[in-house]
Amino acid sequence: MGKRIESIGLDAYYGTFKAIEGVTLTIEPKSVTALIGPSGCGKSTFLRSINRMHEVVPGARVEGKLLLDDEDVYGPGVDATTVRRTIGMVFQRPNPFPTMSIYDNVVAGLKLNGVKKKADLDAACERSLKGANLWNEVKDRLGKPGAGLSGGQQQRLCIARAIAVEPQVLLMDEPCSALDPISTLAIEDLMTELKDRFTIVIVTHNMQQAARVSDRTGFFTIEATGQPGRLVEIDDTQKIFTNPGEKRTEDYITGRFG
Amino acid sequence: MSAGSVRDPATPAAGTPSPAGTGAAGTSPASSTSGLRTPSLPPWGVPAVVAGIAVLTGLLVLATPLGGRTATVVVFALLLVVVQTALSLAVEGRRRATDRLVTTSVVLAFLLALLPLFSVLEYTATRGIHRFDVDFFYRSQRSIGARDPGGGAYHALLGTVEQVGIATLIAVPFGLLVAVYVVEYGRGRLAATIRFFVDVMTGIPSIVAGLFVLSFWILGLRMGFSGFAAALALTVLMLPIIVRSAEEMLRLVPSSLREASLALGVPRWKTILRIVLPTALPGIVTGVMLAVSRVMGETAPVLLTAFGAASIVRDPFRGGPQSSLPLFIYQQAGDAQQTAVDRAWTAALTLILLVMLLNLLARLVTRRSTIGR
Repeated sequence: MGKRIESIGLDAYYGTFKAIEGVTLTIEPKSVTALIGPSGCGKSTFLRSINRMHEVVPGARVEGKLLLDDEDVYGPGVDATTVRRTIGMVFQRPNPFPTMSIYDNVVAGLKLNGVKKKADLDAACERSLKGANLWNEVKDRLGKPGAGLSGGQQQRLCIARAIAVEPQVLLMDEPCSALDPISTLAIEDLMTELKDRFTIVIVTHNMQQAARVSDRTGFFTIEATGQPGRLVEIDDTQKIFTNPGEKRTEDYITGRFG
Repeated sequence: MSAGSVRDPATPAAGTPSPAGTGAAGTSPASSTSGLRTPSLPPWGVPAVVAGIAVLTGLLVLATPLGGRTATVVVFALLLVVVQTALSLAVEGRRRATDRLVTTSVVLAFLLALLPLFSVLEYTATRGIHRFDVDFFYRSQRSIGARDPGGGAYHALLGTVEQVGIATLIAVPFGLLVAVYVVEYGRGRLAATIRFFVDVMTGIPSIVAGLFVLSFWILGLRMGFSGFAAALALTVLMLPIIVRSAEEMLRLVPSSLREASLALGVPRWKTILRIVLPTALPGIVTGVMLAVSRVMGETAPVLLTAFGAASIVRDPFRGGPQSSLPLFIYQQAGDAQQTAVDRAWTAALTLILLVMLLNLLARLVTRRSTIGR
């Protein structure tokens, strides 16, 4: 598992506003790629373009090519639902389904996509919760509501929910920005474990986090408000943080930005 | 305790324990050197004031020509507001005084708002209890005149349940579908138009809904008076209430839940059906119950469409004219005979109890459907 993502000249719009322009990059399979940059530079928009969640917003559209192992996600006849089943997503704020128990939250993706056998669901639930390092904390209260967990546990529940449908790629949109340092550490450790099975792309504002967890880092920026965001460079994390190829990257990383 | 909280023996309130450093600190501002503690009424102050005012009101009522329930209550409320505010102003200063004034006013306003509710309940219950017997729920008005004792409202109760039941069965699915369309799919002109016409529908007087069914269904299509015709008229009234409330509830569902479901590769329709609707369910049920309660008391549209009958009509479709509880009340209350008026009161009580029972059931059902303990 774990697929390669290749973006070629990708533009994303909200109505007439161009949010990102000409993003061309490759994301290697079974690795963690971090996207960093100032607020509003389009890194989240790019992330949401990968699994076609961008178009959920009314009036939003994408131009260009986005290849998942040589198959264009935006090609004719490609169903967004299938794309999203292959490319899972974890959001900034933990968003467990409030009407569901912990168990039902984890298997929601499977259940809603037609898996009915109790044994399969049970197995998937345990596997995913173990995968998300949450099993030991919740195994005795799977029937309790998911909204009753702490923030960090809720976020790991959301990760379990995302990996339960066995995606190839896992997108994470600032998954730790609403969490305390201990929960953040738990999720960072988790990412390191998960990259053996998934291709992970993470958007983060926390540069130490990018340096800690990622193999490659991409830097996005905007020239000015109202301008589209652009990818400045993408390279090995080591190189980006020690010897970046672009002056703008260095300015941002060293805090001399704007 | 800090140096600032040393008790001033000169203040009378200093003898009482002061919870968490605020509370009864005394009346002199000098009791706090840090300036954080301000003088306040002791914890027993408010009950004491209330009790004092109660005694004062009692004395006033006894000593002066003042009297009667209403006057006593008004005097008590006014005295309470004035004395408490004045006392608080003198001891605690303007901000706390304003706080107490507004708090007391809010509580009094709440009690005032409850007054009509309880007096209606009490009035109906005391008058309706005379005929609240087995016969009333077992017999119809068939061959029973206005002067005759006995008789019952079984036919009317049956009619109400059938008419409102059918109306609910039609209005709930339609209303939910419209609300889902407007919130989840509707963009641009069509959704705006629908929303506009739903607003217009909310303003339709109930008798116009009855006239519409009368002219279209009964006279136009020659279908005749029936319980079903009444259900159609009630549907017209229920639909906008359900659409409006369901729309509000669906909008309250956070979009992050929709996104979470979509990101799992769940199709849009299934996301709405399995995630959005269950999350909004308690609110939607409340809206439906509101609509049911509203149309259950409608008289005019039922009069024009079901026309009313004295005997039991089970079939709402081909049974011909049918009665309903509001219609029964209207007809019985119009007879200048005590026996008929008693029947009308009992029917009114039955209607109130029916609505309360349905609301209670709806609460229980929605509580059970959402997990949480």
